[in-house]
Amino acid sequence: MSNPLTRADVDRIARLAHLELTEREAEQFTRQLGDILAYFERLNRIDTAGVAATTHPVTSAPVMRDDEPRPSLPVDDAFGNAPDRGGERLFRVPKVIG
Amino acid sequence: MELSSLATVADVRAALRDGATAVDVCTEFLGRIAARDGDLRAFNHTAAEPALARAAALDRRGPDAPDLPLLGVPIAVKDNICTRGLPTTASSRILAGYVPPYDATVVERLTAAGAVVVGKTNCDEFAMGSTTEHSVTGPTRNPWDPACVPGGSSGGSAAAVAARLAPVALGSDTGGSIRQPAAFCGIVGLKPTYGRVSRYGLLAFASSLDQIGPFGLTVADAAALLQAIAGPDPRDATSAASAVPAFDAAAAEPVRRPTIGVPWAILENGVDAGVASAFEAAVEALRGMGATVVDVPLPHAEYAVPAYYIVAPAEASSNLARYDGVRYAYRAPLDEKDATLGGMYDRTRHDGFGDEVKRRIMLGTYALSAGYYDAYYLKAQQVRTLIRGDYDAAFEKVDAVAVPTTPTTAFRLGERADDPLQLYVGDVFTASANLTGLPAVSVPCGRDDAGLPVGLQLTGRAFDEVTLIGIGAAYEEQAPWWREPPAAGAGIPGGEAPASRDGAAP
Repeated sequence: MSNPLTRADVDRIARLAHLELTEREAEQFTRQLGDILAYFERLNRIDTAGVAATTHPVTSAPVMRDDEPRPSLPVDDAFGNAPDRGGERLFRVPKVIG
Repeated sequence: MELSSLATVADVRAALRDGATAVDVCTEFLGRIAARDGDLRAFNHTAAEPALARAAALDRRGPDAPDLPLLGVPIAVKDNICTRGLPTTASSRILAGYVPPYDATVVERLTAAGAVVVGKTNCDEFAMGSTTEHSVTGPTRNPWDPACVPGGSSGGSAAAVAARLAPVALGSDTGGSIRQPAAFCGIVGLKPTYGRVSRYGLLAFASSLDQIGPFGLTVADAAALLQAIAGPDPRDATSAASAVPAFDAAAAEPVRRPTIGVPWAILENGVDAGVASAFEAAVEALRGMGATVVDVPLPHAEYAVPAYYIVAPAEASSNLARYDGVRYAYRAPLDEKDATLGGMYDRTRHDGFGDEVKRRIMLGTYALSAGYYDAYYLKAQQVRTLIRGDYDAAFEKVDAVAVPTTPTTAFRLGERADDPLQLYVGDVFTASANLTGLPAVSVPCGRDDAGLPVGLQLTGRAFDEVTLIGIGAAYEEQAPWWREPPAAGAGIPGGEAPASRDGAAP
């Protein structure tokens, strides 16, 4: 079976996923993901016309709580794992607008 | 009871009754970890100081304090479950140094039940894998044969319990990640019904499949742990409101005459001879104790693997979007002058994620991308419905469905590293329980010719873990495989000299 996935597909998906890939990774994923997608073809043997989709295995009414303020994570804890705080209460990131 | 012979939760309780302190028990297990884990590598982090401090606090409660169900019981926690103040990395570089500011609900509940967290266990990165080889800290070894994988993704937790480094452990199971390593390591592992246990504080992999569950040497120990962690949680909207039955009592009430369904047709191909013969012997033992065994068709079961490997990566590609170098731990080093936000994301994720995680993010992104959604994700969700229908039909006449947990026993480290599809196909008997949400338990049921453990998997009705525990306990009574500890290597008393610790496959 021909590979259902092209190198251009892999490059496009990597951009969508915000994932830089090395040349070696892109080549390897083209082959491996192609094999896996070909394996998925067997699902087409099943007629699923009219079958409901299971999005979640347990269907129960959403659990809602009263919309009342309550204590949340302290600010210092919330920022505690940030690689660059750039100040007291900021996540610093590279420049977004040139 | 000698501290050196402590193995189960019941042993720990007996030792405390006989006058041992929680500190004595904790010191014993920490000593075992220090002595043996250099070779086994079940733990990513040990927590000796906080564990001893916690044990000392339990001892200070005095003799009149109310009893706690897991008082002084050391527990190992998979490293994808948040522990306040203890590193939680999911065995990923992208979370190197991450220290959660909160406890997962399950950890809070275990602590309230008296348990003592002794460390965080190794796993496949973000729980993606079935060998514990996809870990930034290197592979865990199988206590039965250090040349073999312990299974995964919760391989560190399974190996720790099998090697008696902790009486019990927590894992997470998205496609078999508790049951498969339990089978490979010869212990009990239980995936509860989806919604039975809160996922709050579990690093999300596939949110419609993930479930936290227990490992123990015995069914009773797994039940005791499930008792402590189960029940609704306001912080997890998918946790079920269902009342929590007495799982611990169920373990003391063996169900000796259940009706068991076996889908013989799907066992005809692809099951190793050693696994097949141990499984057939287990079915005979079930009959011998009074069970009625009937054939059940599960016509869509063979589609569980392809459906699973669409749904799980799709959900993972979304869940792992949060690891972007902004909020948690790792950010790739950048040239400040040329750095862009998008470039920072791309580079951080490239450096921070390992190959298997990248593969699944790519696969999931593809399955959800424009033009492919109906062909993959929607189709897979429809197949989930058909598989659940197969089980619902079976449960009209049986109490549980039995299969071998895995088609093979533990294989050698490195043996399948270059063939992801071959590894995926190994989830053939475990993925259905996640797709359907049904509870399933793996109980040790024998050894193959190489002396490696084989697991018997029982799947039950939704929210009926009690029946699984009862049948498991009855089987275990007939066939107490857990009593025989791993003898080969890995530094277990009576075993051979441990293998080299260079981390490379022998």
